This record gives sequence, structure tokens and C-alpha cells, in this order.
Amino acid sequence: MDKDLKILIIDENPVRAAILNEGLDGTKHLRVEWISDTNNLLERIAVLDPDVVLIDLENPNRDVLEQMFQVSREVMRPIAMFVDQSDSAMITASVDAGVSAYIVDGLKKERIKPILDMTISRFNAFSRLRKELDETKEQLEERKVIDRAKAILMQQKKIDENEAYTLLRRNAMNKGKKISEIATSIVTAAELLN
Amino acid sequence: MTSPSLSSSPPIIRAGFIPLIDSAPLIIAKEKGFAADQGVKLKLSREVSWANIRDRINIGQFDVAHMLAGMPIAANLGIGQIKSKMIAPMALGRGGNAITVSRSFYDRLIAMGGAPKDPLSLGHALKRVLDQRKIEGEDLLTFAMVFPFSNHNYQLRYWFAASGIDPENDLRLIVIPPPYMVRSLEAGQVDGFCVGEPWNSIATDQKVGKILLQSSQIWPAGPEKVLGMQQAWAEANSDLLAALLRAVDTAAAWADDPANKAELAQILSRKNHLEVDPNHILSALQNGMRFSRQNGVKAKKQDALWLFAQMVRWGQTEHSKEAWHLVEKTYRPDLLENATGEKSETKSTDLEPAFTTPLGGSPFDLNDIEGYIRSCTIRSGKILCNAP
Repeated sequence: MDKDLKILIIDENPVRAAILNEGLDGTKHLRVEWISDTNNLLERIAVLDPDVVLIDLENPNRDVLEQMFQVSREVMRPIAMFVDQSDSAMITASVDAGVSAYIVDGLKKERIKPILDMTISRFNAFSRLRKELDETKEQLEERKVIDRAKAILMQQKKIDENEAYTLLRRNAMNKGKKISEIATSIVTAAELLN
Repeated sequence: MTSPSLSSSPPIIRAGFIPLIDSAPLIIAKEKGFAADQGVKLKLSREVSWANIRDRINIGQFDVAHMLAGMPIAANLGIGQIKSKMIAPMALGRGGNAITVSRSFYDRLIAMGGAPKDPLSLGHALKRVLDQRKIEGEDLLTFAMVFPFSNHNYQLRYWFAASGIDPENDLRLIVIPPPYMVRSLEAGQVDGFCVGEPWNSIATDQKVGKILLQSSQIWPAGPEKVLGMQQAWAEANSDLLAALLRAVDTAAAWADDPANKAELAQILSRKNHLEVDPNHILSALQNGMRFSRQNGVKAKKQDALWLFAQMVRWGQTEHSKEAWHLVEKTYRPDLLENATGEKSETKSTDLEPAFTTPLGGSPFDLNDIEGYIRSCTIRSGKILCNAP
């Protein structure tokens, strides 16, 4: 029986780390630890002694790990996934998902693969979530500015809400712009003129 | 569109860069239209770590990249990664690295007899400080650099060793990403660092640190960054590569023209480039940074072998005839010369077999790297255990 694998997640984003942790936690024979900041990284890694280290690609501290794993006598020296390039599709998938893995030499591939698969799918799920959130925020902002532009038009031109919206939409169509863009220029103009 | 051909849209080259001033030739090639003039669409991606640059080049997400001078060498030798054939036809920058220490530590070094701007005198003062700390049982001092295969790493080690300090045992050498350097110095997590500009100038401007030495004072004038790429990509796209080299070469000359400094600083300071105050960039440009081959910024074969010697000296790899030949083929100045059609006065493909190093010691003979390293009293290369 193989001993439990220790996975270390280094991620400044607590939500993403939680999503990944939750995914890995269900796997048997895994112990997952998460650290968000990299103060005293070497000492902390030495204590945790992980078999696999997962770090997001937006984290500049990747270069800190590279050095640490090369020279340190205190940690087990996990190495970047690239050392075993036999599965280049997996490597590309992980870079696309925005995560990189460091793996202690000699670990069996069949033990690593499910962990990486899970990591990649959770990172992708997080990106989708973030994208949806950004889009929702943007839509909210657009809605707000359109409402303000409508109010300005209603007041200045003494028209009702429907007419104001129709005016905005027609203008946007004629100029080949988004309604929110026309609305933004109306709001800006009104601010300048007041 | 009636024509089925796509020949109307220029070929795209994907380039990765780290937000440092010596990414200027790539950024300028795009922003000032030099790439477009050569019929190339340059797509730039800013990265946060050298490890990302290496990985994205390896899996083909980038065609070319702004790289530390040692990175293509480490790739060819397979140090810390799988062996992958990498070349560098041109250098992107020279100089601009400096060793910066906290203001209080600067004063201490002067108090211990260090003469300002004198590398060996300051190094000996540092040695006295370290010896005193050892006697008093104090913690090791910590210096930071940016990557295992960076000139910063080798420059610090070279200066320490020339001053009688063993970088493996007398102090701690760690990696900190450049944007975190000034903060770490301010927080007292490090006592000094070696990093590229603009971070030394920012530390000075913010009164957090003082520049102790410029790298040009301690190190042979080799390239700091190079334009690296997979050999396979270069071979499969030789015309495209030649066009890119001409564009980046023109951009480098533009960036070195004093008349363009203000505009250069303005372009580099933008949000999608370095995202720092243009005034910091302007002060950094005063510190002896150069970009163009007209100012001696070249990827010469002897520079690669000098870096290889550092890798061997500090135990990152072992010396062998095979390794020597791999390194010798890494920098390809001939590709730049062919692309621009201009030969330099001395053929840069010729090796300058030996040169004197600025901080003394035996001259560096690239045909006898083992002999050079054996002459160094402070070193950690394994090969020397078996040396006669």
C-alpha cells in the first residue's frame, strides 16, 4: 500500500484554493494543505514536506520555488512537470488552465494523473465562474448607466421612459454602437453641461 | 473577401516578456511599427515569472521570448528542466543590473572601511561584517536575486567569491520576484539584492535602499537578456525570424538614441508594459543600460561559455566536452548578421578565447573552463572533486 500523498496548494486566491481543495479532498489517500502567502516559504515547505506542489501561473513566486527546489537540502526537491514530458497534452492543458505542478521525483504517473486532471478541471471551473461574475458586473454597470441616460432624456425632452429607451436604441443602431456606449456619452455630456 | 488566400494578413509572432526595461527592443518593435514595417505582426504577452516564459516557449505557446542570458543555455543542458534545443540570435540588453542594499547596511559597510563604488573594498567590508556576525552568533544575512540562471545570481556570487565570501555557506541567497524586491528590503526580509532596472532606481528614489555597485563594475560586459526561441521554430521559420531580427534590431537602435529617451520611458511605463512611473524608468536609463549592437549589445559565443563556467562553478551542472559544444551552439550571432546583412568589424562568430575578469583572478580561458574553475578557491562545482 502506497503512503498518503501530500499535496500543497500555493494560491493567493482563497476561493479558487477552496474549490480545488474541495475537489481533491474527496480523493482517497490524499492530504491537502493550502498556503496563501509565501512568507518563509522554505521553512513552511520543509515542515509540510509535500509530494506535489500546485501553484497558479499568475503567481510570481513560481520563480522562488524553482530556486528552492534546485538548491535546497531541506526539502525533497519536487521538480517542474516538464522533466517528464511524456504527457505533453496534460502539460498544455494545465498551462491553459493556469496552473503548474511540481512533483517529487519517482512518483508513479497513475497516482499523479487523477490529481492533475482534477486540478485542471477545477481551475477551468474557477475561470468560468470568474468570467460569469465579471460579465454580470458589467451588465449591472451597463444597466445603471442606461437608467441614468433614460432619466436625463425624459427630463430634458419631456418624454416617457419607453420613448427615451427607443431613442437610445435607435441612436445606437444608427451609429453602430452599443446602447450603453450611447448612454455613457449622454451621461458624460450631462455632467459636463451641469 | 473573394480571395481564399490569407496572404493579406501578416504572419503573427507570439512573444513573451517580463516587465523589465530590457524588454524595450521587443516592445518598441511593436509600438513604433518596426515589426509591421518588416511584415510581421508581433503579439506580446506579459508574464510574471521566468518559469512561465520557459514553459510557454517549451510547449509552443510563445514563438520567441525575452529571456535571461542563461536560460537558453540551461534549456540546452537540461538543467532544472527537460533538455530542449534553444537558440538566441541576439541580445536585448546589457547593463542595468545593480546590487542594492538597505540604507543602514550601506552605512555599515562604509563604516567597516568600504570605499564607495569600489567592488573589492566593499566586498572585503562585507566579509568583515559577516565574520563579526558569525562570532556574535547572529543569523546569516540574506541577499536576493531573481532566478537560478540569472546573471544576477552569478554576478552576486562572483563578487562575493572575489571578496573571500562563500555564497553557499557565509550567507543566504534566495529568489524574490523583481516587483517584490523593494518591499522585501523595506520589510527587512532581505539585506540586499541584485536585480535589473527599474527596481534599483525605485529603491533609491523611495529612499529604501542605496545602490552599492553597478553590475558593469564587477562583471564582463556580456548580455543581460537575450531573444530566445526553440531551434526547431527558428529553422522552420527562417524568413520570418530574419524579419523579426531586423525589426528588433532597428527597435534597439531607436531605444538607444538619446533623442528618444522620453518617448521610450513613456511607452514602457504603460499599463500593459511595465506599469511603473516613467520618471523611474528615466532614472534607470541613466544607469548605463544599452540595447543595440551599435553599443556592443550582442549575444557572443564567449558570453555563453562564460555563463556556462558560472553554472559549473556553482554546481548547477557538470563540465563535459559535450556540454561545452551544446553551449557553444546556443548563441547564434550569425543569424542576426545574415538577417541585417551587416557584419561587425570583428566577426562575432569568432571566439575571443581568453579575457581578464574585472575582479582579478586567473584570466578566463574558454578552452580550459575546468582549469579556470580549479583556479577559483571558492566554488561548489561537483566536477572538481574528481579533478586531478
